[in-house]
Amino acid sequence: MEVEKHTVNTPLHRPDPDQLLRQVQAEEECERRGRLKVFLGYASGVGKSFRMLDEGRRRSERGEDVVVGAIQAKISPEVEALLAKLEVIPLRDCDGLKVMDLPAIFRRRPGICLVDGLAYDNPPGLRNSKRWQDVEELLSCGISVITAVNLQFIEEKQQQVEAITGKHVAETVPESFLRTADEIEVVDAPPEVAAHRGVDAERELSRQHRLSELREIALLLAADIVDRQLEAYIARHGIEQLWGAQERILVCITPRASAARMIESGRRNVERFHGELFAGYVGQPHLSAEDQQALERNLQLARTAGAQVEILEGENFVDTILRFAREHGITQIFAGHSPGGGLWTRLFGSPVDRLIRRADGIDIHLFPH
Amino acid sequence: MTEPRRGHLKILLGYAAGVGKTYRMLDEAQELRRQNVDVVIGYFEPHARKDTIAKAEGLEIVPRRKVEYRGAIFEEMDTDAILERHPQVCVVDEFAHTNVPGSPRSKRWEDVELLLDNGIDVLTNMNVQHLESLNDHIWQVTGIRVRETIPDWVMKQASEVVLIDLTPQALLNRLQRGAVYPPDKVERALQNFFKESTLVALRELALRQTAHEVDVRQPDVFQTDVAGGATPPTPSFSAPDVEIRDRLLIYITPDPSSAALIRRAKRVADYLKADCFAVSIEGQSSRHSLPPADREAIERHLNFARNLHIETRMLPGADVAKTLADFARLHQVTQIFLARPRRGFFPLTPDLVLRVVRLARDIQVTIVAERRRSTKLS
Repeated sequence: MEVEKHTVNTPLHRPDPDQLLRQVQAEEECERRGRLKVFLGYASGVGKSFRMLDEGRRRSERGEDVVVGAIQAKISPEVEALLAKLEVIPLRDCDGLKVMDLPAIFRRRPGICLVDGLAYDNPPGLRNSKRWQDVEELLSCGISVITAVNLQFIEEKQQQVEAITGKHVAETVPESFLRTADEIEVVDAPPEVAAHRGVDAERELSRQHRLSELREIALLLAADIVDRQLEAYIARHGIEQLWGAQERILVCITPRASAARMIESGRRNVERFHGELFAGYVGQPHLSAEDQQALERNLQLARTAGAQVEILEGENFVDTILRFAREHGITQIFAGHSPGGGLWTRLFGSPVDRLIRRADGIDIHLFPH
Repeated sequence: MTEPRRGHLKILLGYAAGVGKTYRMLDEAQELRRQNVDVVIGYFEPHARKDTIAKAEGLEIVPRRKVEYRGAIFEEMDTDAILERHPQVCVVDEFAHTNVPGSPRSKRWEDVELLLDNGIDVLTNMNVQHLESLNDHIWQVTGIRVRETIPDWVMKQASEVVLIDLTPQALLNRLQRGAVYPPDKVERALQNFFKESTLVALRELALRQTAHEVDVRQPDVFQTDVAGGATPPTPSFSAPDVEIRDRLLIYITPDPSSAALIRRAKRVADYLKADCFAVSIEGQSSRHSLPPADREAIERHLNFARNLHIETRMLPGADVAKTLADFARLHQVTQIFLARPRRGFFPLTPDLVLRVVRLARDIQVTIVAERRRSTKLS
């Protein structure tokens, strides 16, 4: 993940001119471009095609200009019944393979084009090697697209999915394309139970297990995309503090040995919460060579644990940490503390004390050194 | 006599009115009817929506019970009549509904419990914001304090939780077309709950909650595999943890912040699959000096914790920090949860937190700050 630079110095409510320009450009772009809506399913048979066509039917009944650009070869009777109510531009034959008839769609120029099987490859020789690139072309010409895709075809999720299913699929759609969608909707359904007699109970259980895992990944992927949408919305509207449901843990790194335990605990919690892990080090002057080494070790540990590591500059530890936390929607701060403390601390409060007092809306999780 | 089999509970989870929960529920009921399953509607709220009413056609409806309250007549689900009728599956709308005072049970989910206890399967629906542990978060995001809540354990016992997803854009279109509320209510809805940012945030919560519910319901493949000798599935994401079971201890006081503390700690405990206890501490000598209002507040908070299925204790002890730390150590607690001390009470921190931290030594201490409303929302 790319580390954002100097986030501490650019609060959300003061976007720089370049950012504003990009926003304006993005907004103009949106007006010309068609809208993309994606139905995401975690396995075949959850009803993506049906939902996509059903939306097409409803829109067409409301007077929108809808055509079907591509549909899968094998379809259920319910899907067949829906298709009968819609205008279909048939697939075109290309060396014995069926491809979406892009020229015919452009000639027809509908308002909305329904495209099933987003991950399909086109045969060689066509302008686009992938169907999602065809969709991109439709969008850039102002035709809106409603499409459906299966989790296993998303490039970035492939490794994870393959580890679960043991199956490799060659055809893929990049997640970045999914993220350009104006809307993404999850088609959720619990895995159907194969209740026939004679089904091997053990195999059935492990099938259920695999499907549940895929279902969870699909839901979290959608949640993640929604979270980014929320962030974009916040940036556009200059709202200072509105964060999604994502747990974000910030571990305060020091040269101390307890950092390793905090990182490990943070990693474990983040995994359970499906959240994000950050590690922040507030620069301290005059570290001994030994401390410097220990610090490097701890920062490396944090990176290995998947944390986004930030070196923060600031006079005051508490101010710096809290500013970073606010800007990143942190929900939990992990910090170490040393027991004891002399008269000075008792009079003016230790950093931990001040951290606790000022951390509105953030949990402070203290680890003994 | 054998105990009747407990019914299965299936929850359709949404994030706002109008995402299509009732419609999908009735759709499933129709499907069951086609498969000759004995299904009845125990309660459904048509909200004067045409599509929804059409979906109920042909389904048997158990008539509602009329309840008089303060001179007005209210209609509630007739649980006794459903038990009498004893269908295989009962469809119940608005799981989080609070019954009118004078009803046998105060919450609809309690009625559903009764149906389940009697071996009736229940298909129901609710919005994510009704989940007790999310109450503070929802308030923070939407500014709305949801009053009708369902304890998390009630959802935990559902055999299935299914997300009813709809994008906020589509929902707002529906609303503007008048498909959700009558026209005179639309404008107000758009200004309150149905702001796009609110809907996006709630939808994310619903997605994450469903993912979590799927996660906790994972069939335990490993156990069978060990017995059956089959190869375990490839571990995903990272090496399996050495299972450290966390034990959380919540310190309850009369302060109103205790409620948020309990909800937050319980949520963390659920995600960490941790055990969770709550204690209050009362000095023996000052027993009579504790004002009745405080005593009542503590009792209320302990009761609230018990309703969320948290084990509670009232501990005697003059020294709160020491009593807490000793109890924690005795019960192998790994994390102590405290509410943040009130501001401006003392110029210096009332040193309870710091003392607990010091005495707890190797036990982690989490200080939960109250969630505040975001300042600017558009």
